[in-house]
Amino acid sequence: MIQMRLKLRYPGFALDVDLQLPGRGVTALYGHSGSGKTTCLRCIAGLERADHGFIQVNDEVWQDSENKVFVAPHKRALGYVFQEASLFPHLSVLANLEFGLKRIPKPQRRVDMAHATELLGISHLLDRHPHNLSGGERQRVGIARALLTSPKLLLMDEPLAALDAQRKSEILPYLQRLHDELEIPVLYVSHSQDEVARLADHIVLLSNGKALASGPIGQTLARLDLPLAMGDDAGVVIEGRVSAYDADYQLLSLQLPDTTLNIRVPHTPLDPGQALRCKVQARDVSLSLHGAGQSSILNRLPVTVVSEMNADNAAHVLIRLDAAGTPLLARITRYSRDQLNVHPGQQLWAQIKAVAVLA
Amino acid sequence: MSLSSADYSAIWLTLKLASLTTVILLIVGTPIALWLARTRSWLRGPVGAIVALPLVLPPTVIGFYLLLALGPYGLVGQLTQSLGLGTLTFSFAGLVIGSVLYSMPFVVQPLQNAFSAIGTRPLEVAATLRANPWDTFFSVTLPLARPGVITATILGFAHTVGEFGVVLMIGGNIPEKTRVVSVQIYDHVEAMEYAQAHWLAGAMLVFSFAVLLALYSSRKTKAGWS
Repeated sequence: MIQMRLKLRYPGFALDVDLQLPGRGVTALYGHSGSGKTTCLRCIAGLERADHGFIQVNDEVWQDSENKVFVAPHKRALGYVFQEASLFPHLSVLANLEFGLKRIPKPQRRVDMAHATELLGISHLLDRHPHNLSGGERQRVGIARALLTSPKLLLMDEPLAALDAQRKSEILPYLQRLHDELEIPVLYVSHSQDEVARLADHIVLLSNGKALASGPIGQTLARLDLPLAMGDDAGVVIEGRVSAYDADYQLLSLQLPDTTLNIRVPHTPLDPGQALRCKVQARDVSLSLHGAGQSSILNRLPVTVVSEMNADNAAHVLIRLDAAGTPLLARITRYSRDQLNVHPGQQLWAQIKAVAVLA
Repeated sequence: MSLSSADYSAIWLTLKLASLTTVILLIVGTPIALWLARTRSWLRGPVGAIVALPLVLPPTVIGFYLLLALGPYGLVGQLTQSLGLGTLTFSFAGLVIGSVLYSMPFVVQPLQNAFSAIGTRPLEVAATLRANPWDTFFSVTLPLARPGVITATILGFAHTVGEFGVVLMIGGNIPEKTRVVSVQIYDHVEAMEYAQAHWLAGAMLVFSFAVLLALYSSRKTKAGWS
């Protein structure tokens, strides 16, 4: 469990948050630039000192301004990955990795060199110097360097923002492995919905120094009262489990959490029971009064209408749906809403045109 | 060989003075340079200006004030006398003090520039990798500032070797105690010993050129870390 209460003021900016975050998995601090996400992270690391602050990670208090407690940054068991990898230019890759490692007493080391270099695919780069690495390689070294301090909390400040799309897609699988294989809780600062949808289990939405929402990713992305639902790529993230595979048509069936409902996606075979994360965008969901009828649409789910909100233009509305506990969003025209007489509590069929597998 | 034993002792004294001054300046100048590079205090301007004063003041002015301060009626002079050290004017120790002040900007400014150029990010990275501030200074700041440290060392040394006015004001011209090369050359010229002056002056010229050549060549190749 991570607790943070921070109050801090700069000319033209004030941060005021009070958050309780899960002590496991990836928590995304999501918001536009200037929303205070990086400041939150720097306060947790002790690189910045909030005027009024309380920071507790698991059972360790790192700051308690009321009792004049402020643990120096180098005494906090955290790993920090900066936006630019910030490798030490005077040290080789190996020496960069060892910089943190050798400052950790042996009994406290839980991540070893072989594991970290293998996990991030940098074993072949150890003799190189940082200026001979690509941006993506540098960032992977930066992540491994932070992991090697065996942190109790990993802070990542937009680690992909400085990279082009190709480098991003090169690193994302490593971050997903990190998420799957290590027990270290991660706070991940990002302004990219795509990264958040892929990596985060929990999301904190920040705006102008305040936390608008904090909750599990699936529920929070589907909330209509948040600006998240407004954008063109509004949608929900569903963490399904593999239930079957149709080898003939190469379609994978995914069971929605705590339901008997399934969706099917084109995919290579996976073991039953394996978790797979998908994104369903609001604009890819249409509504119909009947479940039957021939159509090329693969996925149709019985849903209940929960609520409705105006979209960012007058022609569309956003409908929040419930598929046996799994929230869904549909972006339909106002005309269609009136034709179907969509209203809360109504039973409808959601037709899902596309499901993006996030892996 | 045309250098007299007096010339040799002047050269030896000069090298001794310049080496000692450089070592003291690196030790004293580093914290000053670090402070100037990092502080947001209003004192930054005044302190920076004081450090830079020797760049613009005539050496005789610095020498004059030092003579007063170190002399029997000056503050420092009274202190040294009460400690039983006598006065420092016209002594080697006095020359070292004068040289440290006189060459200060040539050591502090390159160091300050080097520390500023590093910025705060590497220090933050080191802290998140569990390095305490001292550890960070020796394992990150100093190695990254290496080109600046080299420049500061060379300039501090060379500038002290070239000192004349301050030495003459507070050290006078005592053989083997305060008579450095530049003063020795002055003496030769005063005594119309132009041949002797030529040898020493030529040696200084070659030395200075060699130092600057080393400095500018190293700057070219060691800029950055490529």
